[in-house]
Amino acid sequence: MADGVRPRVKAPRSAEAGEVVTIKTLISHKMESGQRKNKDGSVIPRSIINRFTCEFNGTSVLDVKMEPAISTNPYFEFEATIPEAGDMKFTWYDDDGSVYEDTKTIKVG
Amino acid sequence: MKFKALTAIAALMVAAPALTFADPDDDTLVIEGQEMVTKTDLPAHMEDANMDMIMSGWHFRSDETQALQMDDFDNPGMIFVDQALDNWESVEGSAGKSCASCHEGPESLAGVRATYPKWNEDAGEVRTIAMQVNSCRTENMGAEPYKYDSTQMAAMEALITLQSRGMPVDVAIDGPAAETWEKGQEIYYTRYGQLELSCASCHEENYGNMIRADHLSQGQINGFPTYRLKNAKLNTVHGRFKGCVRDTRAETFSPGSPEFVALELYVASRGNGLSVEGPSVRN
Amino acid sequence: MDFTRRDTLALGAGAVALTVLPFRVNAAGEDAIAEFTGGADVAEGGVNLDAPEIAENGNTVPISVSAEGASAIMVLAMGNPTPGVATFNFGELAGSQFASTRIRLAGTQDVVAIAKLADGSFAKATKNVKVTIGGCGG
Repeated sequence: MADGVRPRVKAPRSAEAGEVVTIKTLISHKMESGQRKNKDGSVIPRSIINRFTCEFNGTSVLDVKMEPAISTNPYFEFEATIPEAGDMKFTWYDDDGSVYEDTKTIKVG
Repeated sequence: MKFKALTAIAALMVAAPALTFADPDDDTLVIEGQEMVTKTDLPAHMEDANMDMIMSGWHFRSDETQALQMDDFDNPGMIFVDQALDNWESVEGSAGKSCASCHEGPESLAGVRATYPKWNEDAGEVRTIAMQVNSCRTENMGAEPYKYDSTQMAAMEALITLQSRGMPVDVAIDGPAAETWEKGQEIYYTRYGQLELSCASCHEENYGNMIRADHLSQGQINGFPTYRLKNAKLNTVHGRFKGCVRDTRAETFSPGSPEFVALELYVASRGNGLSVEGPSVRN
Repeated sequence: MDFTRRDTLALGAGAVALTVLPFRVNAAGEDAIAEFTGGADVAEGGVNLDAPEIAENGNTVPISVSAEGASAIMVLAMGNPTPGVATFNFGELAGSQFASTRIRLAGTQDVVAIAKLADGSFAKATKNVKVTIGGCGG
């Protein structure tokens, strides 16, 4: 696991059934592109988060394939439909095999 | 091809006014519903400076960069505030204490950022927040000090700064702090390096002008620590000073050195009256 | 000083060099598009791409894309060493076919968004983003 990786998620605590809500996510990660060189001239190996997914009660909201051109501390904003009460699960997949997760419970009514 | 090139030149000519427009804007900075003072009258000690008003570096940035600071979720500097909050609560050192053991919540340090650097009577010196944090760590916690401009220190400063957000900067420059302040003022107006530039050369005499493709601000530090898009991390005041002095092609003072402590007090005093904005977002 | 015809031509040539230089052609970008579309025709319009005209720093450039009814939107930075940026696959519970993120641009270049629409056709939007060079590098 890369050092100091910490997800932040902004999602509403409650929504009306069928409401479309805005979700924002941010995760601390250096997103080493594989294009940079260190002081002795050797290439710093690529080390990025390569995929981000958001699911609500097991159904996909968004699935992003991420490339090295995503900035350090990746940020996403998108919209989700909330059909019923449940859990929104956020997952980030690191090149090194680490998986970072966060879950937000959203009430309906 | 010829047509394309001409079109490209025409496009550049249209874009040119936007590129040369360097004056600070008149937007209002509201963060999470709280309006910041980003322009105000010169502090009394700056009467002789060739300026009309003091203003936050926020005004010199593009709309996109400005927007990043107006919402705490969009501000990537806040990730580090979260990390510092973890450190605030974790016990370190031989005394078995955390920051929270003595200070409880970080909100107990509201107002601190606004008045630092500040004279410390017991220590007999002007201290920055970073010095105070390390004094706590070594003397009260029995822990290792943070490196002066490390990521951890910048994060802890951001957490402490956030408690004073919106309060006017109000550092004392008289009494026992006067000597340090005068030393800082002298450094501010001294030309350094092969390029023979003082802080004032850029940030007093030329703010609002372009330096290559970038706007020169007044070099205010009310927004520090600041998340820079350039290096995608929180930057400390002394780290920024070092970068500036290096770019004059001079040997720089070190972060935490008495010279930079004095300069921080002086530069902070040039922003007396602006809101504490940190952690801010700059380019 | 008076500009002679020769001076003017020289200035013009310089301007051409300056304006053309930042635009690097990257065949990998075209390949990525072909892979995404399977070689199908790509129509202009039907997808929105928001990006600043001038980015203050190429390291963090806010962009957003949307295309009503799209199942996926791919974003490419045609002038980057590797043009791929991200592919947004919208799921059943997507509230809209919209996403916003922050990207790295190695220099002034075209950013391209290609959407796979509900009917299986492809649509494209292109936006040129100028990346400014910082002040003194501090």
